[in-house]
Amino acid sequence: MTTMTEAPAAAPGTARKLTYVKAFNEGLAQAMREDENVFVAGEDVAGYGGVFRMFDNLLDEFGPRRMIDTPISEAALVGLGVGAAARGLRPVVDLMFMDFIGVCLDQIVNQAAKMKYMFGGALSVPLTITTASGAGLGAAAQHSQSLEAWLAHVPGLKVVMPSDAYTAKGLTVSAIRDDNPVVVMLNKVLLGSTGEVPEEIYGIPLGQAHTARQGSDVTVIALGRMVGEALAAADELAAQGVEIEVIDPRTVQPLDTETMFASVRRTNRVLVVHEAVTFGGLGAEIAAQIQDAAFDHLDAPVLRIGAPFSPVPFSPVLEKAYVPDRARIAEGCRRLLERS
Amino acid sequence: MAQRASTKSADPAANQESAQVVKDLHERMVRIRLFETEAGKLMEAGRLPGFLHLYVGQEAVAAGVMAALRDDDQITSTHRGHGHAVAKGVGLREMYAELYGRVTGACLGRGGSMHINDLTRGMLGANGIVGAGVPIAVGAAFAARYKGEDSVAVTFFGDGATNIGAFHEGANMAAILGLPVVFVCENNGYAEFTPQSGHMLLADVADRAAAYGMPSVIVDGMDALAVHRAAADAVARARAGAGPMMIEAKTYRFYDHQGVKGLRHPYRSDEEVAEWKARDPIDLLEARAVADGTATRAELDDVWQRTRDEIAEAIAYAEASPLPDPADLLLNVYSG
Repeated sequence: MTTMTEAPAAAPGTARKLTYVKAFNEGLAQAMREDENVFVAGEDVAGYGGVFRMFDNLLDEFGPRRMIDTPISEAALVGLGVGAAARGLRPVVDLMFMDFIGVCLDQIVNQAAKMKYMFGGALSVPLTITTASGAGLGAAAQHSQSLEAWLAHVPGLKVVMPSDAYTAKGLTVSAIRDDNPVVVMLNKVLLGSTGEVPEEIYGIPLGQAHTARQGSDVTVIALGRMVGEALAAADELAAQGVEIEVIDPRTVQPLDTETMFASVRRTNRVLVVHEAVTFGGLGAEIAAQIQDAAFDHLDAPVLRIGAPFSPVPFSPVLEKAYVPDRARIAEGCRRLLERS
Repeated sequence: MAQRASTKSADPAANQESAQVVKDLHERMVRIRLFETEAGKLMEAGRLPGFLHLYVGQEAVAAGVMAALRDDDQITSTHRGHGHAVAKGVGLREMYAELYGRVTGACLGRGGSMHINDLTRGMLGANGIVGAGVPIAVGAAFAARYKGEDSVAVTFFGDGATNIGAFHEGANMAAILGLPVVFVCENNGYAEFTPQSGHMLLADVADRAAAYGMPSVIVDGMDALAVHRAAADAVARARAGAGPMMIEAKTYRFYDHQGVKGLRHPYRSDEEVAEWKARDPIDLLEARAVADGTATRAELDDVWQRTRDEIAEAIAYAEASPLPDPADLLLNVYSG
């Protein structure tokens, strides 16, 4: 159940392309074929196929026994997952919008996350929670948040943030195969984006960062959708003779800090960017760990870019100003390079 | 409205409970009573760390329900969970060792009183969060049906827990999915220190079941036989695929919400406490057993003595057990 080898990269241009949401869907379907104990429960996941089309066609293939529409009852839904996982199943429960974790946080934080520990290791809770996060669709303050820092703070949970179609599939498969509760934070803006996705089932190791682009001048550690923004910033900066290294942690709990430290020791400058508010975000943790492990290698303080300390605004002009983007990342890199 | 079960069944044959059932209920209740009174003494003597929510007074509920279950039936419990664990067959040694925070405990000393569990006995854990066990039992019942097994799940909760969302969501989820869950409300009249009249306008918690299309029954929670009869019916019904049902057992805790004696001003009158203690569930069952010849006084006394010996041995085991090694602090945070 723990095949964690990354799929061999296909030759450029030869691999099949899929959208992010279809890649997720394919990974889920393959994981369900692989293991009879995997089932999906959530609001409108079966008959409707999920409000983001995440679960399209799964009812047809797997039937109502394994695709379960539930009432709008997130606490009972996650609790159902916890109880079923404790009894040996591998539930996938869908919370639709990540903002809804507020109504079921007890089951995630006090039950799923702690059960193995406080029960003295008597069981495992192989529960996968899927949810759509992130701003950019005009969904406003209660349907746009990136709350990874809340969950990454809780011992016992794992949190993954797919940044493209390839990781949407591989991280989902690994989350389902993992014996711990794992929250899969899909990004709403990325759902329709396309990328190369191998057809066979594959997992991506949890807790292993990926260097999305190599560079020697600045290390940019980007979460979720910000990986694509950082790569776009890298293209812009490369035209100006600046080479930035882009690291995609893929998993924020556990967090692969070694890959970050190694990069910082080469570039001596680091920027962390995420959609979540800067205050108390993953950037704060990453910055603290980097100064702890690589202080003597830093030519400038770790720069954090995140959202301002405000709820996510509705009006597109405000939302655009709120969410970090490639321009702010590029500008941050230039600021880091101005310090010497 | 909830059906109100009389102490006596309408069926005269059902009143002739076999001597075996009576003895089973008695043994389970005595085990709980002695486990708890000894735990209370140890706590008062300052020998146990943490908190204790003792079950004394409510024994008929745990015993009556558990005697209707199989080992593979699952239960979720509450912060007041020792009685459920003992009645479900969790080892007394492992339970005391856990209360002492020893590495031989039911949770290796990591969980304490409120997380005692034994998956081999279908005990899916006490729970420190009021109402949280309800949806977990729903999940356990889901798993049983998914796997084609005919086990049922029973969730225990108090009157106070029926004001929290997890209870209502779990009840509706079990009902709409038609799952084999038995909801057992142990109504001891108080949500911590607040009387039922101060936390809900209903006189009977069981009325809440109707909101979810779920049948319910009210039983005298001091009458182990009445509880057992109601539980056997609800369990048989769930096992047969007829869906969830609620039992409200009217009961009383003889000790305080936490610990043995209240530390602050009394929130229950002495008269009220005395009235309920006059209906001690163990006394009631013993009197009935002796009166109808099911058991002799000597046989009942023998149960007390054997259990006392077992409890003393379990406490000695716990006290002699090693403490957890701080070097192993991170054990079991994650699987794999």
